Amino acid sequence: MDNLLTIVTFLPLVAAAILALFLRGDDAAARRNAKWLALAATTATFLISLAILFRFDPADTGFQMVEEQAWILGFTYKMGVDGISVLFVLLTTALMPITIASTWKVETRVKEYMIAFLILETLMIGVFTALDLVLFYLFFEAGLIPMFLIIGIWGGKERIYAAFKFFLYTFLGSVLMLVAMIYMYVEAGTTDIPTLMSHNFASDSFRLLGIQVVGGAQTLLFLAFFASFAVKMPMWPVHTWLPDAHVQAPTAGSVILAAVLLKMGGYGFLRFSLPMFPVGSHVLTDFVLWISVIAIVYASLVALAQEDMKKLIAYSSVAHMGYVTAGIFAANQQGLDGAIFQMISHGFISGALFLCVGVVYDRMHTREIDAYGGLVNRMPAYALIFMFFTLANVGLPGTSGFVGEFLTLMGMFQANTWIAAVAALGVILSAGYALWLFRRVMLGELIKESLKTISDMDNREKAIFAPLVVMTLLLGVYPSLVTDLIGPSVAALLDQYQAAAPAFADVAPAAH
Amino acid sequence: MTSFDLQTILPELLLASYAMLALLAVVYTGKDKLTPLVTWVTAAVMVALAVLVGSQPSVTGGGFGGLVSDDAFARFGQVGVLLAGASVLVAGQETMRRCGLDRFEYPLLIALATVGMMVMVSAGDLMTLYMGLELQSLSLYVVAAMNRDSVKSTEAGMKYFLLGALSSGLMLYGASLAYGYSGTTRFDGILMAATDGHLSMGLLFGLTFVAAGMAFKVSAVPFHMWTPDVYEGAPTPVTAFFATAPKLAAMGLFARVMFDAFGGAVADWSQIVALLALLSMFLGAIAAIGQTNIKRLMAYSSISHMGFALVGLAAGSELGVKAMLIYMAIYLVMNIGTFAFIMSMERDGKPVTDISSLNQYGKAEPVKALAMLVLLFSLAGVPPMLGFIGKWAVLEAAVQSGLIWLAVAGVIASVIGAFYYLRIVYYMYFGETEEALEMPMSPAAWVLLVASASAMLLGLFNMFGVEGAAAAAAAALVN
Repeated sequence: MDNLLTIVTFLPLVAAAILALFLRGDDAAARRNAKWLALAATTATFLISLAILFRFDPADTGFQMVEEQAWILGFTYKMGVDGISVLFVLLTTALMPITIASTWKVETRVKEYMIAFLILETLMIGVFTALDLVLFYLFFEAGLIPMFLIIGIWGGKERIYAAFKFFLYTFLGSVLMLVAMIYMYVEAGTTDIPTLMSHNFASDSFRLLGIQVVGGAQTLLFLAFFASFAVKMPMWPVHTWLPDAHVQAPTAGSVILAAVLLKMGGYGFLRFSLPMFPVGSHVLTDFVLWISVIAIVYASLVALAQEDMKKLIAYSSVAHMGYVTAGIFAANQQGLDGAIFQMISHGFISGALFLCVGVVYDRMHTREIDAYGGLVNRMPAYALIFMFFTLANVGLPGTSGFVGEFLTLMGMFQANTWIAAVAALGVILSAGYALWLFRRVMLGELIKESLKTISDMDNREKAIFAPLVVMTLLLGVYPSLVTDLIGPSVAALLDQYQAAAPAFADVAPAAH
Repeated sequence: MTSFDLQTILPELLLASYAMLALLAVVYTGKDKLTPLVTWVTAAVMVALAVLVGSQPSVTGGGFGGLVSDDAFARFGQVGVLLAGASVLVAGQETMRRCGLDRFEYPLLIALATVGMMVMVSAGDLMTLYMGLELQSLSLYVVAAMNRDSVKSTEAGMKYFLLGALSSGLMLYGASLAYGYSGTTRFDGILMAATDGHLSMGLLFGLTFVAAGMAFKVSAVPFHMWTPDVYEGAPTPVTAFFATAPKLAAMGLFARVMFDAFGGAVADWSQIVALLALLSMFLGAIAAIGQTNIKRLMAYSSISHMGFALVGLAAGSELGVKAMLIYMAIYLVMNIGTFAFIMSMERDGKPVTDISSLNQYGKAEPVKALAMLVLLFSLAGVPPMLGFIGKWAVLEAAVQSGLIWLAVAGVIASVIGAFYYLRIVYYMYFGETEEALEMPMSPAAWVLLVASASAMLLGLFNMFGVEGAAAAAAAALVN
């Protein structure tokens, strides 16, 4: 079995093809079959990804299970994982069955819905396993198509605006990356990612249109990639597509968007920006750090003012992604560990929070915070789950949210004390908006007439949350699960970044 | 004239003889009753000739003392033109019949236009070039006005004729200048006239006028004005033809003249072509946003696509020509599928071209809508569809030639362009329910639609060998 990665990547696609070609009709039986097939396929994919984890050797810092084959136009079909990407593959495959299970009540165009999610899974896994620039771009960009359709077809009232905004925003970001990739290909003569990681792109400063470009081509390449990943993350001030997309997307779409799609930006910084353009990263470190903390504080404040539950969680996501980018560009062991940890942890927690919103949305068909209140009286189990993930989101010690925030703050502190000080404000603010949300939705008297008959979670819903609770707690009390896996890869990445230090010295006087 | 010379133009001779014989035969027998038969036979002849051209073993170089060049580049263009022509004929046959336009002249005129295009891509001399161009254009003027009872169709034919004549005039003027300053109409002779990579002032003028004429034929901005009107006015199957084979032929001719005749001064024309490309990409993308008529929209879409193909040419390198050919091949396949779909848009037996009539089409006809969805994303250049690979190829060529600004402009134009393709997706999938569109589609059109959509995805594996053929063609042209 030398092509496990290909199998895990394309198994969902095969399932989607089977659904598309062989499942006929739109009666109840057909809908049930589509759901079961999708659930089976995503579960099988998860099991295979576990097999990958067991075969993975954490001590090896290079890429493992590499598959390589010649392809068109001088590209190669190359797949492989290191400690960082294997983690994201697992995050994706683990969340997909949960997401599929959460769509059990959907009854419109079920077959197409399942096909869209299965295709999306293939594309998401592909982003993390691709070791060829073009192959990566293919997966990265193609993910827009199913997400565009998911938002546009199964979304809320303003879905069309949100779908277009989502698509065009992210498309514009990534085409600049496309030009940068073409430049890299022409420059280095290859699209092989490991080779490009060790290629030294020119970093001599030059003047362009009267502006001194410190760090030269590397800075421009960095900015082109940054345009794409910053939109994807999303970073302030290019985050505005996210609240719209989240609010309008169906629950499962929000979960995948928050849990996996946002992580592609962070993964891109780790895989491309830092190792390939160390000088460019170094030149712009302060810039990135500051907009990250602005995101943390600004998005938290905006979250306080939201009337829509999903929008609130969306802004909370923007804030949490601020920790991730700040951790990455702190460029030290704690910062990187924390950023990766935070991404994984946020994947589970924000996914769970969107599922929580979905639970009441399925019953009441509104996400307005004002429409609720006192739910704890009729939905004790739900209140418990919601409380748990609210606290995890706030970063309560013992949950995975704490580890991510703490590590990134520690990394930031070493890089720049002021940055860490401002970012710490976000911890307080997040407690503010999250707990206030909980109070408004859950606590108090149940006075609203429409809520008097609301029912608590059924067993299916409880089963969906169970693995998320387990993961959040497990990672919270035993973070080594993640840090041991990524440790060697992160160390190698840092070594490589610091090996470019002589080049920093050349640009440093000019930068300050 | 020897048998060897005749050998080099055998495919053209065969097709021309077939068209004339068939014309005679049908006139004296069944006339319009035989149209379906004539259509299929013509398509079959064209496919057979494509196989013949594609499989000829040796590349002879040229014939008639250099008037005709017969190289891998000509082969590539001829095979493309023949296959595209045959596909459009087959796809449109049913639609033409339903519109009451099933005249037997139509397939034969298409065949004659194809002969002209085959001559165009294999021209080795300004005279040959002009002959091919006029044969193609004259046939197309007639076809554009095919629907004699429709004001729009006759207007389209008239417009096309007037502006086409103007562009022919421009080109002839340029050709006469080129002849005057180099003393020959032969491409290789003109090539010699360039010294130290630059042209004399007179030749430069000639080049500019010839380029303007070419730009008209590929409908590059600012010579694009005829395109939307002609696309809209002509019967849809005819529009489909306009959007495919003649575009490839004109791009082929453009590259042929620029490299074979003016290849000594690449820097001189590269900037002209780059400007044409830039304007076309942007105007095509922006002007299409406001369109509600799908045929006009496709006209602007093709202007934008020609802009991208010209980016490859502007690179002025072998890689650029290869990229341009790959782009054109992908463009042809995409457009044949797209037009097979558009041809069948009907309500109450009348052709419909309003985009909003596609409302909720995805629900009514999932397979066709899905195929169209793939084609639309491919047209927009979104991966993983093949349309993206074409964009990558031309942009790579531009970056390699140092035209990074053109590549950046190109990707930004592609984002603007994505908007209107998405708008069609929006109507098909997100729109509110209203009266559904009935789309009677002939099996041939259905097969072409689905095949071209599948090609956009399956081509990702090996591009069906087009890459190798394009590389050989580019090598033959540039070296």
